[in-house]
Amino acid sequence: MPLPEAAILTKRQEIVARLQQIVPNGVVHTEREMRVYECDALTLYRQLPLVVVLPETVEQVSQILRVAQDMNVKVVPRGSGTSLSGGSLPLADAILLGMSKFNRVLEIDYENRCVRVQPGVTNSAITRAVEDEGFYYAPDPSSQIACSIGGNVAENSGGVHCLKYGLTTNNILGLEVVLMGGEILRLGGKHLDSDLYDLIGVLTGSEGLLGVITEVTVRILQKPATARGILLGFPTVQDGGDCVAEIIARGIIPGGLEMMDKASIDAVEAFQPCGYPRDAGSLVIVELDGTEAEVNVLIDRVADIAVKKGATSLKVSENEAERLRFWSGRKNAFPAVGAIGPDYLCMDGTIPRSQLSYVLTRMDQLAAQYGLRVANVFHAGDGNLHPLILYDSSKPGDSEKAEQFGADILCLCVEVGGVLTGEHGVGVEKRDLMDRMFNEIDLQQQERLKCAFDPAHRLNPGKVFPTLHRCAELGRMHVHNGQLPFPDLPRF
Amino acid sequence: MADLPSPEQPAPTAAPNEAAAMDILLPRDEKDVLAVVEAAVANRTPLEIMGFGSKTGLGGPVTAEKCLSLSALSGVTLYEPAELVLRAHAGTPLREIQALLAQNGQELAFEPMDHGDLYGLTKNDRIKGGTIGGTVAVNASGPRRIRAGAARDHLLGFQAVSGRGEIFKSGGRVMKNVTGYDLSKLLAGSHGTLAIMTEVTLKVLPRPENEESVVVSNLTEDQALALLRMATGLPYDISSFSCLPEGSLLGLARGPIAILRIEGPHLSVQKRKEEIITFFRKQAMFAKGQYDLLQEAVSREFWSAVRDALPVTAISGQVWRLSTAPTEAAPLVTAIHAAGVPILRWFYDWAGGLIWLCIEPSTDAHAEPIRAAVDRFGGHATLMRADDCIRAQTPVFHPQATALAALSQRVKLAFDPLSLLNRDKFGKNFEPRISDPKSSDSKPEQQTHNS
Ligand SMILES: Cc1cc2nc3c(=O)[nH]c(=O)nc-3n(C[C@H](O)[C@H](O)[C@H](O)COP(=O)(O)OP(=O)(O)OC[C@H]3O[C@@H](n4cnc5c(N)ncnc54)[C@H](O)[C@@H]3O)c2cc1C
Ligand SMILES: Cc1cc2nc3c(=O)[nH]c(=O)nc-3n(C[C@H](O)[C@H](O)[C@H](O)COP(=O)(O)OP(=O)(O)OC[C@H]3O[C@@H](n4cnc5c(N)ncnc54)[C@H](O)[C@@H]3O)c2cc1C
Repeated sequence: MPLPEAAILTKRQEIVARLQQIVPNGVVHTEREMRVYECDALTLYRQLPLVVVLPETVEQVSQILRVAQDMNVKVVPRGSGTSLSGGSLPLADAILLGMSKFNRVLEIDYENRCVRVQPGVTNSAITRAVEDEGFYYAPDPSSQIACSIGGNVAENSGGVHCLKYGLTTNNILGLEVVLMGGEILRLGGKHLDSDLYDLIGVLTGSEGLLGVITEVTVRILQKPATARGILLGFPTVQDGGDCVAEIIARGIIPGGLEMMDKASIDAVEAFQPCGYPRDAGSLVIVELDGTEAEVNVLIDRVADIAVKKGATSLKVSENEAERLRFWSGRKNAFPAVGAIGPDYLCMDGTIPRSQLSYVLTRMDQLAAQYGLRVANVFHAGDGNLHPLILYDSSKPGDSEKAEQFGADILCLCVEVGGVLTGEHGVGVEKRDLMDRMFNEIDLQQQERLKCAFDPAHRLNPGKVFPTLHRCAELGRMHVHNGQLPFPDLPRF
Repeated sequence: MADLPSPEQPAPTAAPNEAAAMDILLPRDEKDVLAVVEAAVANRTPLEIMGFGSKTGLGGPVTAEKCLSLSALSGVTLYEPAELVLRAHAGTPLREIQALLAQNGQELAFEPMDHGDLYGLTKNDRIKGGTIGGTVAVNASGPRRIRAGAARDHLLGFQAVSGRGEIFKSGGRVMKNVTGYDLSKLLAGSHGTLAIMTEVTLKVLPRPENEESVVVSNLTEDQALALLRMATGLPYDISSFSCLPEGSLLGLARGPIAILRIEGPHLSVQKRKEEIITFFRKQAMFAKGQYDLLQEAVSREFWSAVRDALPVTAISGQVWRLSTAPTEAAPLVTAIHAAGVPILRWFYDWAGGLIWLCIEPSTDAHAEPIRAAVDRFGGHATLMRADDCIRAQTPVFHPQATALAALSQRVKLAFDPLSLLNRDKFGKNFEPRISDPKSSDSKPEQQTHNS
């Protein structure tokens, strides 16, 4: 991380006092009380913030950001702190801006199929607010009972249903955002698309670097009439992958399409048995949803494909309880792997699905080389891989080895045409790998966008970008001296 | 009119519209594009960017000294049906991509329109149907917008040349990717004002096997719209929701109609259409409605007409496209009527969320009363068809509040600091002030050119 700025540290007293004026009962500044904020879900990194402030109104957020700008202090926004990439990791010289008190559902508009909420509302609270009327909010990260919708927007979070229903970015209609310096902007609303630039689109997934989100309007969908699951076992991961490819190639987009390798199957069966085939080399869960007529047609087609692709076991859920049981193992996968642990690091690369077999073979080789174990769960439909690296933080050197192994896996993903992160964000974790995917010009173009929002680099600095350039420096252009002749091209 | 000339057989200089009586440069590859922009930067030459350039009637008239057409950067470079991904050079004809996808039972689910009727294009232009780059640059979307999204939701990544004269990329070829800012969202709908896309990577989807539509007539316009809104909340996977008022074209409507599109495997479509009709017949409000069906071929034809906005584009007049909350659709149209705007034809798509208006031409396209009404109900209004001289005066895109406009301008300058690309496309008022190159710190760093 960038070294804490002494100029900020020495102003701490004054900063605390200014914040207390703005939010009299919402400033946390004793070391003991600040402890709970020292990390997010990437617990490898810990840091006490300069001070924590917990505003309740947009005006307070605006004033805080104005003061921060005036005093040249950094700000780290935080939702529920479930980021797996260190996105909400505090900085020693930054105000931690906690959005947890923004916890109200502001408006439910069934006729326009949208809900307006404050950013601290949890993902699953949105669904809970509308489910009695048969609606739900589609993106469903596994952390949904804890993570906030503001954090979801900042990370563009996904879930097991996003192949069919999209990520956060495909389900947002409006945002209210406060810029560094205090400007309050309202973007979008209850209508679709923006005229001029799609700023909602670019704020989504911006990891708290562009603005602080103070309100979100999400789209809600009616619950599908039926959902049924199919649980498939295959001899190898390759066979499972082939089946997944064939399902999609045959024109079927399932509501959920997940895969687990042998190590994960063993882990969940040891943790809380749920009837997964223990002899299988890979397990595929297919969920088909829609009207009953449609689901029945598709179940038969998928079963047919699976048999042709060599499934060694095949179970179709006959009722809701059974469908949920199919999912329970997958949903328990992280804690289950955690139980063999003692610690695990959750990686998050995406690869072109055709490279699955190659990537897994290489991963096994790397595991042997590092002497660490790895279990894999995938969002197979979209090629998003979650290798869970097992290590023991009490063993000297093990954490570093795990981190290095993780970095190697992500580089492998990029090497085969994939990306560093599918849904967990870059944060601090993958920051230094950004140059594996982007060259200097690509990164500088992204930084220039940052300059349009936050020219002083005060909002969540040290995340996402490996090196920070001053905006003035980025604005410079290399212009060839004198007039370049226009190239001689074909014309018409 | 002859086909567009290919670079190998340069044709005599053609002027696609009277404003553009200038050479059209035809770069053959990305390096050529880069060379053009580098020269433009050095000479401060504003550029107009086009795909086939046949739709220069879109957006504010561009102020440019050179015109750059991407049409020679053509060809699909990657297509993996099982991974739902396609990559193509920006100048690839949309039709070519659609034909390739169709061979594999796939399509671009956002249904880009054929604006031939909107802009009165010739047959030859229509055959090509625009370029994929132009389609992405306007964030095209069709009747399935609610369910399937717009071009923005399908652009996975791109490569482009910025107004700084630099090649950069963003995104990737995989479905799930949060590595760095999502610049694809920004480029989709940027109308060539940020960067020149040279290659785009898109998510493609299976084309539904069958489709049919349910037409409900004998309703008032308000009832028809209420039916559509209710339909968006039903678990029957209805994919498009349109309402044609009384007297609309397409030979369907005697009175106002609501029309719902059902797509999927044959059996499922059959079952669902019955369930839908049964459901609505039971609702007191719609009990008097008359229910008819459109079979496969007629249904497809109907929805492509809606996609192309045929009910308003087939007649002459100025055309507006309004995006609003579905519940505000009828009140908004009523307010525009009440403000004295001479509406000739209108219709609704997206369950009321999209309104197309054709109005009697006037020198200001009645922008003020229309936009005042839209501001009251929420949303935005885009002037889709009007003469160049009118679009030069009247903002084509919905004016933004001051702080937002300032941010949009800063975003523009982050990519195109000299405002060389499609200058004035977003209106003269939008154009950021470029500080005097000789005095301020935006001064280009002079570098000796030795080669
Ligand atoms: C067990 C577990 C399972 C998970 N499963 C998934 C999964 O399936 N899919 C998935 O995508 N992710 C998953 N995650 C990751 C994480 O839950 C998501 O990234 C989530 O969106 C973070 O939300 P949060 O409220 O906890 O945000 P935080 O961790 O508090 O913050 C995350 C980032 O968002 C920024 N931020 C937060 N609030 C705001 C705001 N109001 N304005 C501006 N910036 C803000 C922060 O600065 C930070 O950069 C999982 C995490 C855990 C621990
Ligand atoms: C406000 C507006 C909304 C529209 N909405 C829709 C819609 O919803 N659905 C639909 O199908 N069509 C829509 N259109 C029509 C759209 O122009 C055409 O579908 C498509 O652009 C035609 O392709 P073309 O190659 O002829 O583009 P052109 O007419 O040549 O260009 C269209 C626009 O894209 C820019 N552009 C072209 N190529 C590139 C590139 N490679 N990089 C960067 N910019 C480029 C141009 O500068 C121009 O602004 C809309 C147009 C406008 C103005």
